[in-house]
This record gives sequence, C-alpha cells and structure tokens, in this order.
Amino acid sequence: MPIDLVRIDDRLIHGQVLVGWGTRLGIDSYIVVDDSLAGSAWEQELYASALPPGVAAEFVTVEEAVRRFEELDARRGRGALLTRGTGEMRRLAEAGCLEGRRINVGGIHGGPDRRRVLDYVHLSPREWDDLRVIAGRAGAVSARDLPTAAEVALTELYR
Amino acid sequence: MMSEPVRGIVVAHGDLARALVDGAERISGVRGALIPVSNQGLGADELRTLLASHLEGGPAVLFVDLGGGSCGLAGLGAARRAAHVGVLTGVNLPVLLDFVFHRDMPLDALVARLEAKGRSELRGHGCAAPPPAT
Repeated sequence: MPIDLVRIDDRLIHGQVLVGWGTRLGIDSYIVVDDSLAGSAWEQELYASALPPGVAAEFVTVEEAVRRFEELDARRGRGALLTRGTGEMRRLAEAGCLEGRRINVGGIHGGPDRRRVLDYVHLSPREWDDLRVIAGRAGAVSARDLPTAAEVALTELYR
Repeated sequence: MMSEPVRGIVVAHGDLARALVDGAERISGVRGALIPVSNQGLGADELRTLLASHLEGGPAVLFVDLGGGSCGLAGLGAARRAAHVGVLTGVNLPVLLDFVFHRDMPLDALVARLEAKGRSELRGHGCAAPPPAT
C-alpha cells in the first residue's frame, strides 16, 4: 500500500515528519491535502525546500485528493498523506478514502476552544467530533508524535 | 553604518534557543542582543505569528536551528512578510558570538559575514589515533 502514513499534523511537513517518520518508513512522496496550500505557490515552494533530495511533495485540495485518491495510492514508492487538521481528514474519511487505514494524530497545538489532551494534541469539541467520525470510517485513530513514542488509542484520548 | 543595531532572534526546537542565547551571553558578556524563541507547544501558524511580531520594528537577523523543520518553515514564512530581515539556518554558537559584536554592520553584509562564519566553524579534526601499546 503506497500511502504508508496518514497523519494529522498542523505543521504538515517538518522535522518530525521528515526525519522521525520519513526516514524510518522510507517515505519518498508526501501528499499534502490542504485547500489553502494548494492555491499558494510560495508556501508550496517553502515546504518543498525542506524536502531531502529524491523526495517529492504534491499539494492538493481535499476535493482533488478525493477524486484522485486511487491514483495517488497506486503510485510506486512509499507515500505519506498529511492534513493540517481534523476537518480535512474527516472529509477524506466521509468520502470513503480511509477505510481500513490507521490515522495518526501527530500534532494539534493550542488554539481557540481547544483543551490539552496530550502535550502535542489539543482538541476542540468540533475536533473531537471529527475524530469520532474518522474513527468510524477508518481502521483506527491514534496519537503518536514519533514512531519511537507510545501510541495512544483514540479511546484513551476520550478519558 | 546603520543607525540602529541589528536585532537577533533565535528560533529553535525545545530549549535549544534559550541555551544558545545563554551560551552566547555568558561568553561575550553582551546581553539583550538576542531573543530566544522556542517552537514548543506551538502550531505552525502560531509560531509564524510569534516570529512575525519579533521581526517588526527595524533590521533583524532570524537565526534558525533546522532549515527544514517547523522553526525554519515558520521563520521563512514570517520573514517573507517583513522588511529588513535576514534569515540564517543551521545556527551555531560561533555565529551568534560573531553577530553580537557586529550588529552595526549593514544587514546584507552582516548576513553574508555570518553565513561565512558559520560554514568556517564546522571543522573536522580527524580521529584520535589509538594510544600506543605499552
């Protein structure tokens, strides 16, 4: 399965993703699903500048990701799909793209209406609801910032 | 010469920025020239906004620990919207020490100087030979 990592992280492409996960999983292609970034050439250039040699990134809207999901998932190599927040991931889940997949919550930091759940996960009531919907449509949802860290199941986050 | 000294902002992961600034101040005796910023607990937009607020108000150099990390991406994003800001990634202590003593240089020349300084200070000294057998 070419898309090996499906992650929610408000920093999108950054050190933990590239070094912590990317190196370990041998990721050579990042698919960033974000309506805002998909329309911002300079921000795409900024994120692409962080990529190691031989690693590519593609920036698509949620709508485009849904439309092209089979193609994106059938590519050679190993891929990672990233969204900035739960809302984009929920839309992918509701479109049926994430069935049977493990969804990694890697970083949602402080913000309006959010409550701390873990050091790297803060959730608003709406985001809780998004995660419940995602869990119902995907294989599993869990939090883990790095592959060497303990995985925390969504049911643990509810407590 | 510039009328106002260039300000330095150091952004890094965890406690690194504070430690670098503390080290530079202890060695140089120059205090207040560098502002440490951590990415700890901040999302990308929050960090970019915080850095943008530090970059307002005169010439500044933004020192970043890891160009491809969240600090680098937020820093480059913030600097894009600011005037008179230079960005250097891969910051090290020799660069900060050089900076605090040359803050009156024109910004362009200062950034070029610091980049050369940073590159020159990473040196290999070979591997120690094993002690001779006795």
